[in-house]
Amino acid sequence: MKPTVLASILIAAVFATPASAQSIKLANVAELSGGGATVGTNWKNGIDLAIEDINAKGGVLGRKLEVTHADSQSNPGVARAQVQKALDNEPYVLLGPGYSGSVKVTAPLAAEAGIAQIMGGEAAELTQAGNKFLFRTSFGQQSSMPKVAKYINDELKAKSVAIVWVNNDFGKGGRDSISKEFVKYNIKVAADLSTEAGQADFAADVSKIKSAAPDAVFVYVNEEESARILKELKRQGVTVPLVGETTLVGQKVVELAGDAANGARGHVGLTTDAPVELIKAFREKFVKKYNYVPDHNGLKGWLAIYMIKATTEKMGKVDSKGFADALHGFTITAAKEPGILMDATFDANGDIDRQGFLVEIVDGKQVVKQVLPKLKN
Amino acid sequence: MSNLLDLLIAGLATGAIYAIVAVGFTLLWQTSQTINFAQGEFVMLPAFLMLGAMNAGAPFWLAIVIGIGLSMLLLGLAFKMLLVDPMLRHGVLPLAIATMALAIGIKESAKQFYSAEASPFPSIVPAGDIAIFGRAVALQSIGVLAVAVLAVVGLTALLNRTSIGHQMQAAAQNPTVARIIGVPVERMIMLTFLINAFLVALASLLITPIYLAKFSNGEVLGQAAFIAAIVGGFNQIRGAIAGGLLIGVVDNLAAAYVSTQYRAAVPLLLLIAIILFRPQGIFGRAEERTV
Repeated sequence: MKPTVLASILIAAVFATPASAQSIKLANVAELSGGGATVGTNWKNGIDLAIEDINAKGGVLGRKLEVTHADSQSNPGVARAQVQKALDNEPYVLLGPGYSGSVKVTAPLAAEAGIAQIMGGEAAELTQAGNKFLFRTSFGQQSSMPKVAKYINDELKAKSVAIVWVNNDFGKGGRDSISKEFVKYNIKVAADLSTEAGQADFAADVSKIKSAAPDAVFVYVNEEESARILKELKRQGVTVPLVGETTLVGQKVVELAGDAANGARGHVGLTTDAPVELIKAFREKFVKKYNYVPDHNGLKGWLAIYMIKATTEKMGKVDSKGFADALHGFTITAAKEPGILMDATFDANGDIDRQGFLVEIVDGKQVVKQVLPKLKN
Repeated sequence: MSNLLDLLIAGLATGAIYAIVAVGFTLLWQTSQTINFAQGEFVMLPAFLMLGAMNAGAPFWLAIVIGIGLSMLLLGLAFKMLLVDPMLRHGVLPLAIATMALAIGIKESAKQFYSAEASPFPSIVPAGDIAIFGRAVALQSIGVLAVAVLAVVGLTALLNRTSIGHQMQAAAQNPTVARIIGVPVERMIMLTFLINAFLVALASLLITPIYLAKFSNGEVLGQAAFIAAIVGGFNQIRGAIAGGLLIGVVDNLAAAYVSTQYRAAVPLLLLIAIILFRPQGIFGRAEERTV
């Protein structure tokens, strides 16, 4: 046989592979480098682990899942370009990004294409713009901040609080939401400190906090900056309670901040330390594969894939255009789909309702102090 | 007042590290007209070399020795022989551009071969406070300041009080005459590159526990040190030291008393003012060249 004929047959065989044609194609755009690398890497690993898990059990409706990963470099401009590129390949569902700013600029593209987007952003405004294709994997700030403010008022009895926030969509959304809640409880904002993403030196910020002498400090910056400010707060001897959200008490923060993380408290929608058997099993599986304990973003990535599985099985077909409608108002129970880990309900805006946790870092570990039930049962 | 003291000490500690890096800028410029735009990445890399050694099982002290040794080999010897020497004969600008490319290469390599995520890095100074004027001051700030000052004093003593230092200065000021009087100019230039590599490794050891080990650390450090060198005077070591300390303190005071949002702009405003009103820098010497 002539070499050219042989080559043609081989090429034809490669392009005609039936497994590739039958697989369900997903596209993930995440923060795999830059300031959000911790977020994106955990999210990606969670996705890969869930896909491996599902494919090993025969896939979804008998079809394997397949994902392509693209790096947004933690930059909204790059994220937009990557999402446009991903949508051009007509994925079944778009995954990511994790940063609210990147979600904000990419959501209109996915909506225009009629593709559901399951993302990790937490800024309150994301699901309040009437986008019918956007879904959360974690609580939005409008759900979590009232719980944090209630804890600061009821448990810590704080009358004045310093707010440290990162100057981006995520930080500003959190700062605005918590400030509103503080007004309800008559809590005074002793200092309102904006910081920059990627900021390395927090000496001056902490010095300002010390001057303001608040009863507690609310820290709402990304993971790496959380670690840096926790170290600086310890270095300058700030002893008042430090309260935040998932980004203050995540596994990566504990790893980076070491002893300085002890005593930090926060509300987390997802934690691998939760007293839930299915989450413990997930954690074991993740650690076995990646050799480190994931933070909540690893859980979010995993859950995104199981949201796709449960919704597709509910529809009984792989229908990209009908996916968003099927997920709105859908309650996925852990009894029926163990991969979802905890019962979760998705409302008409794409917001999620499920259990939450109040945790404290004790001896370098997250300790769940309180389990907060679903808002609507 | 007490806050001012805290801010001054923290600013001086950070500024001292900028000063060490800025001194490297001036050393390379004086001896070989090299503007090293990869200087920030030179500070980032040794921390990863030390972490690599620790991951391979070396204790921290040994990892420091290995990290400094490898830095001198890669960022001193190899940098000069493989990049500076071949490029310098084409002029200062091609070399400057080549160092920009090197910066990207080092940054992406650290990300590729280690991690895109930040990693914790141990401190050579123990945690805790000491009392100064009745204020609890972090040992880490004092330690960083002390090591940085020691390094600068040591370098100044080497340059001003030893024969090798005098030969280095002669090689920097007039290489032709230095050669005539028997100074081994090439060896002196190589020594400068090795000293720069040692200084960046030291800066890496001091700053990484605060900044955390991350591939992108060089961007901030390189920019701060470059501004420091220009503000202080690019052709004077004492200028680089003063510039580094000044930038560290100004940055901290600006964040506390001007605005945390505009803190990054204040050193740049200082840079613009210096370029407009004293282009040679605070301690720099005006240079005139005939074509």
